[in-house]
Amino acid sequence: MIARGRNPSLSIGISIVVAIVLLAITGPIFFRTDPLAIDLANTLAAPSRAHPFGCDALGRDVLARVLWGARLSLSISVVVVTASLLVGSAIGGAAALAGSRIDNLVMRGVDIVLAFPGILLAIALAAILGPGLVDLAIALTAMGWTGYARIVRGELLTLREREYVLAAETLGATRSRLLIRHLMPAVAGPLAVQATFGVGGIIGAEAALSFLGLGALPPTPSWGNMLDAGRAFLLVAPHLTTAPGLAIGLSILGFNLLGDGIAQKIGHRA
Amino acid sequence: MIEYLARRLLALVPVALGVATLTFAIIHLVPGDPVVAMLGESAAPADVVAMRHQMGLDRPLLGQYGSYLGGLAVGDLGESTSYRRPVAQLIVERFPATIELAAAGMLVAILIAFPLGIIAGSNPGGAGDLGAMGFAIIGISVPHIYLGPLLMILFSLDLRWLPLTGRDGFAHLILPALTLGTALAAILARMLRQSLIRVRESDYMRTARSKGLSERAALIRHGLRNALTSVVTIIGLQMGALLSGTLITEMIFSWPGLGRLLIGAIGARDYPLVEGCVLTFAMTYVVVNMATDLVYAAIDPRVRIS
Repeated sequence: MIARGRNPSLSIGISIVVAIVLLAITGPIFFRTDPLAIDLANTLAAPSRAHPFGCDALGRDVLARVLWGARLSLSISVVVVTASLLVGSAIGGAAALAGSRIDNLVMRGVDIVLAFPGILLAIALAAILGPGLVDLAIALTAMGWTGYARIVRGELLTLREREYVLAAETLGATRSRLLIRHLMPAVAGPLAVQATFGVGGIIGAEAALSFLGLGALPPTPSWGNMLDAGRAFLLVAPHLTTAPGLAIGLSILGFNLLGDGIAQKIGHRA
Repeated sequence: MIEYLARRLLALVPVALGVATLTFAIIHLVPGDPVVAMLGESAAPADVVAMRHQMGLDRPLLGQYGSYLGGLAVGDLGESTSYRRPVAQLIVERFPATIELAAAGMLVAILIAFPLGIIAGSNPGGAGDLGAMGFAIIGISVPHIYLGPLLMILFSLDLRWLPLTGRDGFAHLILPALTLGTALAAILARMLRQSLIRVRESDYMRTARSKGLSERAALIRHGLRNALTSVVTIIGLQMGALLSGTLITEMIFSWPGLGRLLIGAIGARDYPLVEGCVLTFAMTYVVVNMATDLVYAAIDPRVRIS
């Protein structure tokens, strides 16, 4: 029995993630300033009591835009990670269970998708599909599913040889019972770790694509396009980049720590 | 080693073919008409037909695919519709800038990661470890699109030490390289720490210690070399993040490389150029990955056998 050690990653990670989720949900309810309201009298205004994070080039409130950006960022990430998880698990599971010929074919396919470095595949797809949130989610999912496929396939292939699985099989467990009772719980841990890191990764990727003009289109507030718009005013109004930049950084930090923490907790190498 | 090299080169062929095919499929099969996109919704139908014919898009898909692969084989990537010049020529012009940036980013990463990883790994749980790993987790979390502007504010606008944007000599390279290399430095430092901790418990380290080497000397003389193999693997795996990082970094610092060429081509709806750039990025990654495998095989002879 391993003694229950301290796990600061887990507790700090959970705190940051919960705080961000709460802010995204309740922030726009309590702070009711319209993120799209243009007020040219307040162009590039510095932070003040009425506008705690200041105003952008069109006099829009930066705090309101960061809070609405959190909603966009988190919902896209959750949708993309869920879709990637489902698609990846289905493909990886099918590859592991369908025999070596199909397995080989599928894994070559995964290799080819992985040959597109980082967010390049998402950029290429977003370029052809055009900007917009649905297209953005499709592009990010097309890039993201491979990690889950690899994990599910790898875990299933090793698990199939494990004694307790062989024992259950010998005892006459049906295929679906085997999958649900014996295989899925063992795969769930590594998948949870991957998905947690995945949310952070997709938050970063979404911001990068929006920064490049391939994601959320202005005037929709997204952390990525806020950073892009703020770059022109680095000297006169650094708060325009600081607010969304810190928001992205903190969110990714939170999910990274949480991922580390979960990995430590379940004794899985991250 | 030569046999291993040949085997690796041969394995490259199907992946390269797959990459070329997927790139073609993205441009040609994904819904959306590139010609209408290029000419605008209000274009005269006759112009659309003429353009489609000029680009060969009215031919059967299989025929297009065939001539695309044929062109690739001789280095012909078609003509850019926005520059009116061969795509291959444009790519050859911009490629060195991207490689320069990527190499500089990698160098920065290694220069930061090694001291940090060694400090952290030689005394896990100590103050140095905590500090180094704290830096690492922050380094991984700060995205390029924020780190770049942050460095610009600090070093270009406030301190006025370094130029803001462009590519004109060594000083211009520093901020982009830092922007690009920091995340990788953090990942490498974490990896190096982990493998050093694992290596410390091995028999040959005990031997080194018992023959009278100090802990630090044993770690650097014997441990580091063995810890390196896993670091090389990580460097290979992270090349993708580094390459796609150049894309973002080039946009932040107006660096005239392949990434800016690609994003510009997307904006101009210049699909032959988009296709060429995407393909070049992916192929570069594939080749670099193979090169890392070879380095790995050179460091660790056991790899060559299986």
